[in-house]
Amino acid sequence: MIPVAFEYTRPSTVEDAVAVLAADPDAKVLAGGQSLLPVLRLRLAAPSTLVDLRDVESLHGVRVADGELVIGAMTTHAEILHDRRVAEHAPLIAAATATVGDRQVRHLGTFGGSLSHADPAGDLPAVALALSATMVAVGPGGRREIPAADFFVDYLTTALAPDEILAEVRVPDTAGWGYRYEKFSRMAQAWAVVAVAALVRRADGGVADTRVALTSMASRPVRATAVEQALTGTDGDSGAITAAAGHADEGTEPPDDVNGAADYRAHLARVLTRRALTAAAGA
Amino acid sequence: MTRISVSVDGTEAVDEIEPRTLLVQYLREQRGRTGTPVGCDTSNCGACTVLVDGRAVKSCALLAVQADGAEVTTIQGLANGELHPMQKAFHEHHALQCGYCTPGMIMAAVDLVGEVADPSEQQVREGLEGNLCRCTGYQNIVAAVRDAAAEMRGAS
Repeated sequence: MIPVAFEYTRPSTVEDAVAVLAADPDAKVLAGGQSLLPVLRLRLAAPSTLVDLRDVESLHGVRVADGELVIGAMTTHAEILHDRRVAEHAPLIAAATATVGDRQVRHLGTFGGSLSHADPAGDLPAVALALSATMVAVGPGGRREIPAADFFVDYLTTALAPDEILAEVRVPDTAGWGYRYEKFSRMAQAWAVVAVAALVRRADGGVADTRVALTSMASRPVRATAVEQALTGTDGDSGAITAAAGHADEGTEPPDDVNGAADYRAHLARVLTRRALTAAAGA
Repeated sequence: MTRISVSVDGTEAVDEIEPRTLLVQYLREQRGRTGTPVGCDTSNCGACTVLVDGRAVKSCALLAVQADGAEVTTIQGLANGELHPMQKAFHEHHALQCGYCTPGMIMAAVDLVGEVADPSEQQVREGLEGNLCRCTGYQNIVAAVRDAAAEMRGAS
């Protein structure tokens, strides 16, 4: 279907983009458009104006600053897959990004767009949560930092105000951590029925730190804190992993829909968590 | 209306368009590139795949205004006097039945081989996951892409 008519603007600074959003509550941001365009075509949204961020140079690219990886919101999935800094400092992001959409979608879709869209079945929100990333938003009042744990509020809903733009994402260095993004989908290019983002840091033969976040187990990505607590401090062998993974669905509210019943998703969460931790812990 | 300037299959064009115009509509209706079909209309099937600045994208999931300043290559811009090696390989391996997915399949395959010069069968299958074919079962498509890759790197 053809989208409802809208105005189009392509500012070259974040400030100009924010000004358009602040002046018009029905204006929407266009990043890579790989989620927005299908929504527009189905006429599920009818924004008055699209603010295309393509020409805002400061939103593009990856850098390392103060020991953290900083990913510009407009950096595409394909760019992330080819970036050596991402591979070195946050390989979990690269592993999950390789499973996003398909090749064509990854050429246009952006890291920041995926996070801002906040689909609970999207791959990158759970990854950002597991990594304890910090979202840097820009609005009329300037910049503010939002921890990933506070950023994802509900289904397709983030802590961003309507006149705020996600500018960049700061990611703590996890070089040396074991990692795995374990995703279960029914067919190629399909959304995850359930997926698990796992990080394990070993020290002195044991598990010093564990992070597990779940995709599509609630209306937003959730941390599996019971799993994390159960594994951390153990020797990380297969028995400890199996025991910890049994807690994966605790406190979750998995969707019950055509892609999977709630109890099936709970089962998947436990199985995929065991697999993800086995890979991440090198067990 | 918004003015865009695009190179389509090597021809420079300047057009006034509505911002809501999808790239595939623009290509077909204003640039006459009807070799690029509209398939699923939901950005799943990949039939409308074209190259924008050398990268495969689904032209139904991109506004024409987003391609402003870009170089667009459709299936009609691929042949250079003779068939592109990918087109030739699809022909020789009979990598199609109804042919509807073929323009997108070929453009996606050209993009894939540009990045992975000698793709394994698995890499071809994963690289083309964004392109659906409902006739062939993909066997001959995979064979064609690997054969074209060999010719494109001069190893045949």
